[in-house]
Amino acid sequence: MFFYKSLFFIPLLSTVITYPVGLFLNDRASQILSSSLISISAFISWYCLFNFINSDLDPFLLPIFDWILISGSYLNWGVAVNPLTLLMLTLVLTVSALVHIYSIEYMSHDKSKNRFMVYLSLFTFCMVALVVSDNIVQLFFGWEGVGLASYLLIGFWHHKKSANNAAIKAFIVNRIADFGFLIGISLLYIYSDSLSIADIISSKEFLKSTPINFIFIETDVLTLSCFFLFIGAMGKSAQFGFHTWLPDAMEGPTPVSALIHAATMVTAGVFLTVRFSELMVMSDFILNFILVIGLITAFFAASVALFQKDIKKVIAYSTCSQLGFMFVACGLGAFNVAIFHLITHGYFKALLFLSSGSVIHGVHDEQDMDKMGNLFPKMKITSIVMWIGTLAIVGFPFMSGYYSKDLILNASFNLYELGSLVYILLAIISAMTAFYSFRLIFKVFHGKYNGSFDYEKIHESNYVMLVPLFILSFGSIFAGYFFNEILSGNYSFDFWRGVIFLSQDEHHYSSIYTVLSKSMITFAIVLCIYLYGFHLDKIAKLKKQFIGSYNFLLNKWFFDEFYNNYIVKPFYDSGIFLWKKIDQRLIDRFIPNGSALLVSKISIFCKKIQTGFIFDYTFVIIAGFTLFITIIFYFAVV
Amino acid sequence: MLSITYNHFFILSVILFVIGCLGLFLNRRNMILILMCIEIILLAANINFVSASIFLNNLDGQIFSIFILTIAAAEAAIGLAILVVYFRNNGEIDITKINELKD
Repeated sequence: MFFYKSLFFIPLLSTVITYPVGLFLNDRASQILSSSLISISAFISWYCLFNFINSDLDPFLLPIFDWILISGSYLNWGVAVNPLTLLMLTLVLTVSALVHIYSIEYMSHDKSKNRFMVYLSLFTFCMVALVVSDNIVQLFFGWEGVGLASYLLIGFWHHKKSANNAAIKAFIVNRIADFGFLIGISLLYIYSDSLSIADIISSKEFLKSTPINFIFIETDVLTLSCFFLFIGAMGKSAQFGFHTWLPDAMEGPTPVSALIHAATMVTAGVFLTVRFSELMVMSDFILNFILVIGLITAFFAASVALFQKDIKKVIAYSTCSQLGFMFVACGLGAFNVAIFHLITHGYFKALLFLSSGSVIHGVHDEQDMDKMGNLFPKMKITSIVMWIGTLAIVGFPFMSGYYSKDLILNASFNLYELGSLVYILLAIISAMTAFYSFRLIFKVFHGKYNGSFDYEKIHESNYVMLVPLFILSFGSIFAGYFFNEILSGNYSFDFWRGVIFLSQDEHHYSSIYTVLSKSMITFAIVLCIYLYGFHLDKIAKLKKQFIGSYNFLLNKWFFDEFYNNYIVKPFYDSGIFLWKKIDQRLIDRFIPNGSALLVSKISIFCKKIQTGFIFDYTFVIIAGFTLFITIIFYFAVV
Repeated sequence: MLSITYNHFFILSVILFVIGCLGLFLNRRNMILILMCIEIILLAANINFVSASIFLNNLDGQIFSIFILTIAAAEAAIGLAILVVYFRNNGEIDITKINELKD
């Protein structure tokens, strides 16, 4: 029990004491302190997970303290101990601990290391609060808390205008989606009359049978609230339509991208969907909606990633695409597979990000891949771990991505009629994933060096940065093998213990599809190696031939332009109108400024009476007194 | 034969009082005059008290007038002290230049 509670409190402790320690001792002390605290909690989380798997405990709630009194019962801060929570905690805390350690070296040239560590710890605490919550209010607290931490960290280099803009963009886009989330949890609270997630799930039949009219659409409460919850999840997980903030969020320091915008926070949407999986599966519309959004996102992001120039943007779009894969799994009803992919993706994507951070560190803050190349002789270790991460993401046999991605593809046969279509689409997207991942490797580590920075000065990062990479590559290689059986194999019913929905039906697929998908991926890899490894001139020729579609992909389907012109600009213009015309010209002019002006005019007039001479005042006193007496006596006599 | 009645005393005190008041606000030159005018007003009050006490055959009024004289002396002393301090600070006691109350 103590260990479960400490998982909640250690990140909080780290958040609170890191800053004073850094202030009174030095930056190094605060870095070491926060890293070691989070590492301890990571170890504890693994211990708790194994302990729970080996015990025969049912999922239970561990209250920490009472919070708000609502209709006779207290709302608790608490830790919901169940397999889903513990599994997420291991991922969150492990990646967070590694990122803490990694940033000791990565941020060594930065002035405000202390602040950075506090933000990282704050993020970790909020994420833990989100994951362990048993009621929707604590969930909402964590949800907003990670949004805040993300905002602070994207805008960490606040002297850069682009970083500020990206931070505001991320915050606002998330806010729009959070509005949906808020509507969703409010609906659930109103109709199920409970804030506890377990209670809400147990009243699913009632929710399903209660009709509701929402803007002339007749539906039931369950579908509507799940729809809004999923809107929230779309915002956090950067799904199609809300995805624009994620690539811009790469303005933040690279460890932040690894922790928040790849491994943990962006998967909160998937986590939410899985947490409410028992509700989601009650409505076919919701499942289909999730499936379609997931497919569109996966395809869109993969296509954009094909020709991006910024190394971090490629990985960002790749994240977006993989999140799409997870939602596809959710939409197919294979929630355990979604979580499985979430876990493996967390490891290999954090690895990819951190090693790209190592590259950026090595070539002194150059992010354009066109200005890299042939870095392999200079940074052998980084390129090896990056190879490992890439092999994991494309699904090289027995690496972690191999298991989880295969399961998602196979899950498409849960849809009987359209299953093969979804399968082929996913296979195409996987092939695109393979293409852009290998393109990144070849542009950065092989070929010819094109940069302006002195090639001889490029150096390998030191061991503080490399050790987290080793641990993550260990995770990228073995996480799939390790979790395969317990998350989705024969032991899955024992493992999940009824926390999430597990589909019962057997998949009906033929091995020809497997061969098809594997050969497509292989073809993409071979094509990529052929083009980017040996025939760079052909790329230029192809680029000229398909300049239209190339530009379309390079500019991210013109999404940012569309949003700017049709949403941001009208809002901005109306804001300017209200400010300049209504506020300044009308309200300010007449009400605050007008009344102040009136008072000052009256007082200027009054000031004229005051001469300052004693004899004038005496005259007024005596004349007034005389007048007064006269009036009184006059009326007294009359 | 014109005999002196208490009306005459009261008229005298009113005249003195009016002279004092006019002196207060018609005087535009110096502060000492103001002090003197205040003294005159006090004297007017004193005459009232004394004459009333004689005509009413009651000594209370005369005792009062002694008190008033004492207070007047103290007041004059304070007034002169203020005046001296003011002169030391500003180098003049011209009343037309003392209008700092305005600001």
